[in-house]
Amino acid sequence: MLRAADVSFTYRRATGRARTGAMESAMTQAPGGRERHDDVLKHVFLEVDRGDLVGILGPNGSGKTTLLKLLGGVFPPASGSVTLDGRPLAGWSRREIARRIAFVPQETSTPFDFTVLDIVLMGRFPHLGTFALEGPEDLAIARRALEATGTAAFEGRAFSTLSGGEKQRVVVASALAQSPELLLLDEPTASLDIGHQIEVQTLLRRLNADGGVTMVLSTHDLNLAAALCRRLVLLKDGHVLATGRTEDVLTPDTVRELYHVNAEVAWHPRAGHLTVVPIGRS
Amino acid sequence: MQPIRTRLAIAVVVFGALLLGALAFAPLVGSTPISLARVFDRSVPFADNLDAQIFFIARLPRVVAAALIGASLAAAGAVFQALLRNPLATPDTLGVSSGAALGAMLAITFHLDFSVSGLPTIPLASFAGSLCALGVVYALATGRRRGLSTTVLLLAGVTMTGFLSALTLFIQYLADFTATFRTVRWLMGSLDIGSYGPILTVLPMLIVAFGMFATLPRPLDLISLGADAAAARGVNVARAERSALISASLATGAAVSIGGPISFIGLVVPHLVRLFVGSDHRLVLPSSALFGAVFLIVCDLVARTAFAPIELPVGIITAVIGGPFFLWLLTRASR
Repeated sequence: MLRAADVSFTYRRATGRARTGAMESAMTQAPGGRERHDDVLKHVFLEVDRGDLVGILGPNGSGKTTLLKLLGGVFPPASGSVTLDGRPLAGWSRREIARRIAFVPQETSTPFDFTVLDIVLMGRFPHLGTFALEGPEDLAIARRALEATGTAAFEGRAFSTLSGGEKQRVVVASALAQSPELLLLDEPTASLDIGHQIEVQTLLRRLNADGGVTMVLSTHDLNLAAALCRRLVLLKDGHVLATGRTEDVLTPDTVRELYHVNAEVAWHPRAGHLTVVPIGRS
Repeated sequence: MQPIRTRLAIAVVVFGALLLGALAFAPLVGSTPISLARVFDRSVPFADNLDAQIFFIARLPRVVAAALIGASLAAAGAVFQALLRNPLATPDTLGVSSGAALGAMLAITFHLDFSVSGLPTIPLASFAGSLCALGVVYALATGRRRGLSTTVLLLAGVTMTGFLSALTLFIQYLADFTATFRTVRWLMGSLDIGSYGPILTVLPMLIVAFGMFATLPRPLDLISLGADAAAARGVNVARAERSALISASLATGAAVSIGGPISFIGLVVPHLVRLFVGSDHRLVLPSSALFGAVFLIVCDLVARTAFAPIELPVGIITAVIGGPFFLWLLTRASR
């Protein structure tokens, strides 16, 4: 469905472009607001099949967020191509892309007192004309997205009053309201406590299994990746270290190579997935 | 919650009715009392109808100018707040009004003449001034990648205002005495307007600005969540930001070229409006424009009548209301 072929990207290029528009400038910043000129991708190949749940795993600064944004067509690769069903994203308008691919940033905040429903309805933007207002059908789609994410109870509450986990679920609901075929999530559980991590994790698994939503998520949480993802792409310094089924790729060797950490990787019978226990610096 | 259609209709009807009321009532007040019934008395020809003449020729231009300026500054304020993701961003706090004032001052004092396709020099100079000032602040904001913190934004605005005001004073110092007298009143923000001329000259700019405003509400909602989120929802962020910058500068430039840098409208009005309609910019923008018009008409009415027969510059009234309001917001924002 989605295919990245020989994709490379450097930030120096993007900073040059950023002068023409603030979109690129805001897009190219690394999470946490630091600039990372070393944050590059080198000849990355990636294929996502319909219904798949792919994790992009790697240490900080390995290019995870950049890869996600390239996959979402937020900016074009310096070389190589990203294609959706065989058509290169480079030729699509933002609106066209947003009807098929939704992107959930690591954190979302706003200076205004939008309600939860307001935020979710904004997901309908790519489906509406410039002057069109949402109708009953859009409202129904938004309500379904609220249901699906278990956030229907606080649709009238102010977004800014929610907890981190609740916010993240609402933003996922807003992305679902886009009616996308593909959901990209940038470190969906970063900065959440384990209670909220499990909450978001359960939600994503259910959306993928029951809702048939194809997902690609980036994370540096090995156990989240092990619990959730069917396939993994391991990124290090902008190139793909390994890619394949989670059971095949997630090994003590790859963990050592990625993080310079000795770890035990074992099947946990009660959890029903691999677990990674870091032992010490390698 | 009512659907957006209903809420928009209610907002437009309520604020529109307030505006119509203000437009009809404000010209009735003044040194010569007139009655609305006689103004619209069809049986008397206009040439003999003194009330109608006072209403339409002597007083209405000023009221209409107040309405247009109020609407422009309030809408521009709402746009700035969303664009810079900061509730304290307004034409005044960013130094954009000062830029517009400097542009206009340059044109007035040095009798510049570069009218472009029929548009007169002063509003154009004013637009250029506001665009330059905004460009500097905006470059700062996007240069820092994550948008400006309130502190940096306000410091940048204070610095811009101080710098531009110094230039304005310098130009004033160079100018001759009579010109200085005229411009001092104008710089306080005054609506001493006795004809429709100034309004007609800026009308094309305002039409373009408000036409562009009409396309902005939803992109602004999304941009207020962050550029990432907006682009991911299908907003062409670069284009939306560009048209927001240009339209807000056009509106500010046009408004300042008629009435001077009347302060705090762009701050007070959008915040008051949000209390009633929420944060959705499809409601905030039109409501701010309509209520901004009402707000400035009322302030001007106070300026004309409070110390009659002396007429205060309306900028003094808006500043007296806006200053404390701003401080109150600041204490809330810094919490």
